[in-house]
Amino acid sequence: MLVLTLFSVLFVAVMFVGLYLKSAPVLEGKSVWTLLTASEWRPMKGEFGFFPFITGTLWATMVAILLALPVSLLTAIYLTEYAKPVVKKFVFPALDILAGLPSVIYGVWGVLVIVPWISQRVAPHFVEFSTGYTVMAAGIVLGVMVIPLLVSLFIEIFSSVPKELREASLSLGATRWQTTRRVVLRQTLPGIMASTVLAISRAMGETIAVLMVCGCVIGVPHGLLDACYPLPALIANNYGEMLSMPLYESALMFAALILFVVVLIFNLLSRMVLYRIEKKNA
Amino acid sequence: MIEIQNLNVYIKDNHILKNVNVTLPEKQITCIIGPSGCGKSTLLRTLNRLIDTTEEVRLEGRIMVDGQDSLGHDAEVTELRRKIGLVSQRPCPLPMSIFDNVAYGCRINKMFKKRRELIYHVRQNLRAVGLLDEIKGRIRTPAARLSIGQQQRLCLARSLAVQPAYILADEATSALDPISAKTVEDLFVKLKEEYSIIMVTHTLRQALRIADNVVFMYLGEIIESGPAEQVFHHPQHELTQKYLAGAFS
Ligand SMILES: Nc1ncnc2c1ncn2[C@@H]1O[C@H](COP(=O)(O)OP(=O)(O)OP(=O)(O)O)[C@@H](O)[C@H]1O
Ligand SMILES: [Mg+2]
Repeated sequence: MLVLTLFSVLFVAVMFVGLYLKSAPVLEGKSVWTLLTASEWRPMKGEFGFFPFITGTLWATMVAILLALPVSLLTAIYLTEYAKPVVKKFVFPALDILAGLPSVIYGVWGVLVIVPWISQRVAPHFVEFSTGYTVMAAGIVLGVMVIPLLVSLFIEIFSSVPKELREASLSLGATRWQTTRRVVLRQTLPGIMASTVLAISRAMGETIAVLMVCGCVIGVPHGLLDACYPLPALIANNYGEMLSMPLYESALMFAALILFVVVLIFNLLSRMVLYRIEKKNA
Repeated sequence: MIEIQNLNVYIKDNHILKNVNVTLPEKQITCIIGPSGCGKSTLLRTLNRLIDTTEEVRLEGRIMVDGQDSLGHDAEVTELRRKIGLVSQRPCPLPMSIFDNVAYGCRINKMFKKRRELIYHVRQNLRAVGLLDEIKGRIRTPAARLSIGQQQRLCLARSLAVQPAYILADEATSALDPISAKTVEDLFVKLKEEYSIIMVTHTLRQALRIADNVVFMYLGEIIESGPAEQVFHHPQHELTQKYLAGAFS
């Protein structure tokens, strides 16, 4: 067990070092800070600014989570606290199927349904013209993708709350909703946060589905109806052609490194918060 | 006063409680005894309608609580549950501080407008179960850190804080060490001055010590009920005699 744990920690470290070495050439020319905050992206001239891609990633992820979190929470609450067993019997397998669908399917769905919807129905209210390939499309597709994951996790977490705890609350004259809000959600807050971080990591790393609907236009998005170009899409789109330019390859490796570090930081932060909460309650 | 009239409870297709008729008098301790699986817990859960959370349950009959049918369509279940407190077998503190555990029901039921009144009330109820001095300075710490015996008394204080008229206790002392069990038992005796107490117990000795009334159940039916003295010392029914004899020896 210990060996395996050490091994996985080591593996993460090796990956980090590997990515770092590979991205060293691009780091030689400019400081990390310049690379992260510059917006110019001209591989031919050796200019690599990652800011548009970082903001693209953050935008798409944020929209996705803002959409998925409330929907998943309410769905899971309904299924565990309110729904009849019959409903659960049909919904649970459906969730499993949805969670197991390959992401390219979500991408296709996004292209066929969400993108035209945004372009024809939503965008005209706000801008003159939009192709529909936008932050919003990426966010919605990502959000819908992580909903089954989140719902399954939440259901598992809520089911772990002992029946006696709910009954203790009900016995004091609380309604079911009060019990859910004040006891079940409170008890499971650490789990909810951990699941959300997992979903964020998933959303940040998701490639194909996002690539299909994000527009892949290099530029810092300023709103939901701008196109974006998240890091995974950048890497996947350019991985073949960059072989001819050494600096380009290095730049893409750096993109991967950024993604890696951001996800890592997220996970560490959530660990810390979890630790705080658990220490407070135990 | 609680009057149970022709109560039948079915879960799925099982007839769990069969034509139960009994009156539970006020300001006394009524002990429900009987072998495992005879429906004691089900009866308690029906009294405060916690049974509603069970799937596929069907209730027939009437339970008159202070003259109102608690099984009727217009019964206010949350108000009923406030009025009939429950202390379960395993203490079950809510995931919050000691103070918030006791304050929980008061907040739910919007009992106080002023924070000062709430604090006073919480301390009062903690004192009533003998916890206030024991936990000095720890009132804002998580309730889960208390010992099991203290937790059970906290649960009792929590129930008392919403000012119920009845207290149901389902083997409330069976998970506790002997000393804590004695403390809680003594509390119940003290509390019967103000509350009507209905408790399920497996320890006949306990029933013998504290019961004013005894209800003996067997396979979902009430075989015999009445004053403790009569049921224990002059049981009318053969089953009661057997049960008492078997359990006493
Ligand atoms: N949710 C349920 N589904 C099906 N049967 C149930 C359910 N709850 C209780 N029963 C059945 O009802 C009967 C009475 O159960 P109950 O828990 O009331 O017994 P009890 O007298 O409290 O037993 P014990 O002394 O062991 O606590 C048992 O036969 C039990 O199997
Ligand atoms: Mg029982």
